Amino acid sequence: MKRYIVRRLLSLVPVALGVASLTFALIHLIPGDPVIAMLGDNASNADIVGLRQRLGLDRPLWDQYAAFLYGLAHGDLGRSILTNEPVARLIAERFPATLELAIAGLAIAILIALPLGFAAGANPGRPIDLGAMSFAILGISIPHIYLGPLLMIVFSLDLGWLPLTGRGGLSHLVLPALTLGAALAAILARMLRQSLAAAGEADYIRTALAKGRSRLAALVHHGLRNAISPVVTLLGLQLGGLLTGTIVTEIIFSWPGLGRLLITAISARDYPLVEGCVLTFALTYVLVNLVTDLAYALIDPRVRIE
Amino acid sequence: MKRRAFNASLMIGASLVATLVLCAIAGPLVVRVNPDAIDLARTLAPPGPGHWLGCDALGRDLLARILWGARISVGVSSIVIALSLIAGSLIGGFAALAGGRIDELVMRAVDIVLAFPGFLLAIALAAILGPGLPDLVIALAAMGWTSYARLVRGEVLALRERDFAVAASALGARPARLLLRHLLPALSGPLMVQASFGIGGIIVAEAALSFLGLGVMPPAPSWGNMLDAGRAFILVAPHLTTAPGVAIGLAVLGFNLLGDGLAQMIGSRPV
Repeated sequence: MKRYIVRRLLSLVPVALGVASLTFALIHLIPGDPVIAMLGDNASNADIVGLRQRLGLDRPLWDQYAAFLYGLAHGDLGRSILTNEPVARLIAERFPATLELAIAGLAIAILIALPLGFAAGANPGRPIDLGAMSFAILGISIPHIYLGPLLMIVFSLDLGWLPLTGRGGLSHLVLPALTLGAALAAILARMLRQSLAAAGEADYIRTALAKGRSRLAALVHHGLRNAISPVVTLLGLQLGGLLTGTIVTEIIFSWPGLGRLLITAISARDYPLVEGCVLTFALTYVLVNLVTDLAYALIDPRVRIE
Repeated sequence: MKRRAFNASLMIGASLVATLVLCAIAGPLVVRVNPDAIDLARTLAPPGPGHWLGCDALGRDLLARILWGARISVGVSSIVIALSLIAGSLIGGFAALAGGRIDELVMRAVDIVLAFPGFLLAIALAAILGPGLPDLVIALAAMGWTSYARLVRGEVLALRERDFAVAASALGARPARLLLRHLLPALSGPLMVQASFGIGGIIVAEAALSFLGLGVMPPAPSWGNMLDAGRAFILVAPHLTTAPGVAIGLAVLGFNLLGDGLAQMIGSRPV
């Protein structure tokens, strides 16, 4: 296991470098002049030259790239054009809120998916299976941007049970987390249903039943452990969607996180801040993938023995 | 002979998709109301005769806007899926046939793009390119091509050892001919399944980008920007969000069921 962890950690370096380079390329190589985009067509020549100098855009590209990587290695992402504050500090202030939302969304997704997928997979073809899977396909089809407002209407405005927007205690977290996690819950429940239903036909379950175990106990003790591997793989593949889903969710619920900062920066054409936010999201995703791979190796020994 | 089981997903999915396409093509011709015509006397009018889905904050007919929105949604997602499919298949296919360093280089590039969450890449591109339909298409296609490249590369590596491919090569077919005439047609099933699931994702991504103000810009009607505009009136006029929300949901449901049904039919799952 130790060798596997070291190998995965080492493979992180080129991927992180690639992601950072792609972010740099996105901002610096796309046609169009960001300075004119920021200042508008009517800006004076002196202003354009001044801002270009301040952002270092007058230097050769390789020089800018080297400075970008050097700054990144030192935790320096430049300064926001709008507020002149360090981008790294602005991001550090907002990042915990996004992390909190993403973890809560993940927790809700798993809490819904496990019982739903288990109930359906343990009773394939029965009404409970049909009900659970209809619910799941509904969950996949309703987009965040509609589910959020819908939950607001029902739980905040009609019933008055939960606050409408903003960040605060646990009650503020419920609706955004549900909006974020619903689609993932549905996807995971479908996968668990499929793999548990397949496991239910396996020889080891028949053996356990022959030894006198109840079907439920056999499925919980033997089936679930085998059925969970593809669910974890799928979860890993879906985490990028969960992470970027926070952007839309934060806008809907006025959640003060990184996603809202990114959208604000985009509308203000604050390119250093846009670059910093995009980079933070992308590097977080790289780290999350690493954690998923390690978790997968922990659950399924076949992964780490190659 | 065993009868083929009734494929409910395929039937319902295909019906929903056909209805959506029909609405996009014929809808604006049947409901001949200008989707941009402002009528302040009908501001936030609820659904009723004459305006079957009601009117928005500027008194514009919601049904007309939903139908024109379907045109944008179906149009954008079809073009994006075609671009992603063509680019991904060619890149993945030629990488597999070239092998060696070229293959290694291309797949590392794919890995780096895949290490970037797709929707984030689309947001970043849309932010830099600016709003507008062609830029929106580029941003969404940049997000989608990698999955096809991976799928095609993997399948081509396996298929090129099969007798029909070996025979074509032996008869002198060049790599381009081998790929386009022999290998890609053999892959049409899995590609169709993947594309069907992909379109659902693109419809949602387009709506989300427009919702964030990075896609289709008002006054052009897109389901995403209609949802965004409706949020401000959620208390007094919930139909403003319900109509585009349900439209997106049904479209995504249709393509997902179609994908499920196709996968059942040809026995292939998306990667």
